[in-house]
Amino acid sequence: MRFGVVVFPGSNCDADCFHVLKNVFGRETVYIWHKDDSFDVDCIVLPGGFSYGDYLRAGAIARFSPVMKKVVEFSEAGGLVIGICNGFQILLEAGLLPGAMLRNKSINFRCHDVYLRVENNETPFTNKALKGQVLKIPIAHGEGNYYCEPDTLKRLIANGQVVFRYCNSRGEVTEDANPNGSLYNIAGIINEKGNVLGMMPHPERCSEKILGGEDGRVIWESIIAYLERGANRG
Amino acid sequence: MAIARVIVELKPGVLDPQGEAIKNSLHALGYEEVKKVRVGKFITLEVEGNDLKEIEERVKEMADKLLANVVIEKFSVQVEG
Amino acid sequence: MAKWREMGLTDEEYRRIVEYLDREPNEVELGMCAVMWSEHCSYKSSKIHLKKLPTKGPAVVQGPGENAGVVDIGDGLGIAFKIESHNHPSAIEPYQGAATGVGGIIRDIFAMGARPIALLDSLRFGKLDSPRVRHLFTGVVAGIAGYGNCIGIPTVAGDVYFQESYAENPLVNAMCVGIVELSKLKKGVASGVGNPVLLVGATTGRDGIHGATFASEELSRDGEDKRPSVQVGDPFMEKLLLEACLEALEYGHIVGMQDLGAAGLTSSSSEMAARGKSGIRLYLDRVPLREEGMTPYEIMLSESQERMLLVVEKGYEDEIIKIFKKWDLNAVVVGEITAGEEIEVFFGGECVAKLPYRLLTEEAPVYDRPYQVPEIKNLQSVNPAGVDCGEALRRLLQNPNIARRDYVYEQYDHQVGVNTVVKPGYSDAAVLRIKGTKKGIAVKTDGNGRYVYFNPREGAKRAVLEAALNLAVTGARPLGLTNCLNFGNPEKPEIMGQFVEVIAGMKDACEILNIPVTGGNVSFYNETGEKAIYPTPVIGMVGLIDDLETGLIPMAFQTEGDLIYLLGEPTGELGQSEFLKEFFGDVLVPVPPVDLQEGKKIIDLLPLLKKQGLINSAHDVSDGGLAVSLCEAAFAGELGVNIDFITSLLPQEMLFSEKVGLVIVSVSPEKANEFEEIVKASGVAVTKLGRVNGNDEIEICLNGQRVIKEKLSELKALYEGGLRWALK
Repeated sequence: MRFGVVVFPGSNCDADCFHVLKNVFGRETVYIWHKDDSFDVDCIVLPGGFSYGDYLRAGAIARFSPVMKKVVEFSEAGGLVIGICNGFQILLEAGLLPGAMLRNKSINFRCHDVYLRVENNETPFTNKALKGQVLKIPIAHGEGNYYCEPDTLKRLIANGQVVFRYCNSRGEVTEDANPNGSLYNIAGIINEKGNVLGMMPHPERCSEKILGGEDGRVIWESIIAYLERGANRG
Repeated sequence: MAIARVIVELKPGVLDPQGEAIKNSLHALGYEEVKKVRVGKFITLEVEGNDLKEIEERVKEMADKLLANVVIEKFSVQVEG
Repeated sequence: MAKWREMGLTDEEYRRIVEYLDREPNEVELGMCAVMWSEHCSYKSSKIHLKKLPTKGPAVVQGPGENAGVVDIGDGLGIAFKIESHNHPSAIEPYQGAATGVGGIIRDIFAMGARPIALLDSLRFGKLDSPRVRHLFTGVVAGIAGYGNCIGIPTVAGDVYFQESYAENPLVNAMCVGIVELSKLKKGVASGVGNPVLLVGATTGRDGIHGATFASEELSRDGEDKRPSVQVGDPFMEKLLLEACLEALEYGHIVGMQDLGAAGLTSSSSEMAARGKSGIRLYLDRVPLREEGMTPYEIMLSESQERMLLVVEKGYEDEIIKIFKKWDLNAVVVGEITAGEEIEVFFGGECVAKLPYRLLTEEAPVYDRPYQVPEIKNLQSVNPAGVDCGEALRRLLQNPNIARRDYVYEQYDHQVGVNTVVKPGYSDAAVLRIKGTKKGIAVKTDGNGRYVYFNPREGAKRAVLEAALNLAVTGARPLGLTNCLNFGNPEKPEIMGQFVEVIAGMKDACEILNIPVTGGNVSFYNETGEKAIYPTPVIGMVGLIDDLETGLIPMAFQTEGDLIYLLGEPTGELGQSEFLKEFFGDVLVPVPPVDLQEGKKIIDLLPLLKKQGLINSAHDVSDGGLAVSLCEAAFAGELGVNIDFITSLLPQEMLFSEKVGLVIVSVSPEKANEFEEIVKASGVAVTKLGRVNGNDEIEICLNGQRVIKEKLSELKALYEGGLRWALK
């Protein structure tokens, strides 16, 4: 089992994802440079940060990197792709996930813990979680206000593609619990095929006890369990 | 050489928190007459070539691919020789 | 007006340049001299005083004089850290001024070969009821966030005060902390005749020309006309530069490295030459430019951001350039090291400047400016007995100088890097783990100018002790400090008097607390019209926790039933407290004494108590006094308190005096005897205050009389809302 963390110019959570996968979970992990046009891994991580300075729009320029062509092919072949924060924005720009990101409703960048409710635990990324489980995971973004057309939203809901929604500590999905104004309190969605996940919160920041929380672990553990069950190598 | 000007705006109906904040701020400064603010981008390109029609087509393509995100934004293109 | 005066040189200074060169300098040379002799670059008014500060200690690897100071934390690792001001640019353009301040200090850290792991910011503004102040405050915070978040270095701590004296002159002091393998430590030296000199990073434009001179003048009311002096930051470019420089250092064959900050190419080349006692020849035609038609004068003085100067071993320049190209950055050989002692500048085949580096560095003037030690004027007295303690506590908790700062730090990414063990708002200092070891470092900035204004010497001691205690309450042992000294116009004897007294106070504090100074920065001319800021020494401090597992002390009360104790002797003076200001305004009443000896004992004692498992939490008494500190520890733990003890002081004095050097700790009841014995044996005064309760209740009784009974949740709402309400 091998993980690949993509490094775009301006990625800044690449080393954090690498650290968690390699040192916390002891899994073979490699960096993939944005100019690389081949890789041999089982799961791709598109990390957070400000790829290309977020100039023009978050993720808009990164999606044209040579590596993204291969990421698209990899996902079409069923490979697992998880995009976190800026990685989620890149997946949207690349069209691997539907919708777009707007500026946070509060305008400001926001960095603090939020609560997420697991809406779908039958994905490669959440199979170790319980449906309805509440996870405490930090966010850190200025553009996490998810938007899509009403028809798209209907389809996302109907297909169980909404994986995480912002909620309060009791698991209630409320407006107050929504940190950025995202549609339907969406914090994370998956593609129709179920192998590409985008989420705004940072599970890599809460995967070790010393950092004050371990709720992010369940996502990594789910991916590892899924791959260990011998799913196809992409 | 031609100059192409691309205006990128949020589609009507898409929330514009920045525009809202600017409107509130203008109201606080006493400009009550402002009823709506929408923030967009204005991009200027210097483009080689003489065929303005063709340049316009190419720039529209660029806007569609990169300069605007058509999920949330619309754009218009003006070309001058 | 004579040209040299336009550039900020006095007639006497110009005469000295002519005498040294034995000729008139040309325009390029004059410009180079003017920036290097500016207060900002030369420290001409402060140098003789800064020398008095202690700079040596067992942990010090690099003291003042380099891009940053470095302390040893064992395991072959060092912590590089430095603080610097960006006050003047932030007053003109708050977003970009603050952003480029952050960018500059980050480059100082990675120039040492260190990877930056944390940022801190010490900010001062006028009162928030002014729209202009709100504009400055929100702009500065957004600028810090914009730069730090993008480059991916967490902003973990700092301090913010709102006081009238900063209305026209906000202070923006940025600190960066980095980690370096000591065997790979780099310095800003130019040496080795024939070695190539590389300019890497951003292109050079006309921005910021004479920025250093600008920072060495008072702000005029029409300071906004000076807008072109403000640079625009590009954190994306700096992220690439950071990664490329660290990769190049890993590759090796780099002799020295320095960032281009104030005075651009002029200061970086002359300072590197001076440290390496070499000459440098520069070919300006090779410098990648942003604008057409730039003159040699402009190229030498440009303060365009995100550039570094590297001296590389001859023969390795192509490999180094390859690394920068990988990161899509410019990297150009712009010159070479020569055997002489001169900075020679060529342009269009001609030598356009030739100056000995000594003239630009060590020959810069040094002034012993006349000073007048401020008198502590006639002291007044107030009678606080009539103020209701509950009402006072409610008002203080929502005072913007005390209220929760989440509006600020939630705009900063304070977790990127996955090292932040104690996040902002959860203790008096931030704590970061050092990956691959059991260790952690605690970091903090501090310095309340109000106390310094009313008594510079005692105020400076207070700033140092407070920073040290902020570290100690997390379980850390202070290793070293950096300082940013913000003052008015040093040509005025009363301002210079404040400066001299502050240095004396810092010296005392550093010596008694045994914390060396590893570097810093001086910012004078923080005044507009006749109004100078409060003299504000900002202390940035780094401390070490040997084992986070056993040594980290939380601020929050942990368990219902724990006993609460106060360490240190309360004395009750209300001088310059927020309480005094809130209820009596600007009156001169005695300030609490700063007891450095007792402070030292407490700093040594806290990690010891933690290791023996005798304390469960610790929090120092600071702005707002004891009552506010009790609330903060209660809010953080979501546990109430019942306080009941005997005191000879008035309740208002006991609860709201801001004496520095007091710490509240909580102790399990079964450990109380052992705890008391050890504290008494150490010679530290100790008072049992009461106990932690599990109710929604803050109750304080003194001498059997109840003076405060409030709902914890209601007080917490005031504390959490205060700063946001003030912004509306």
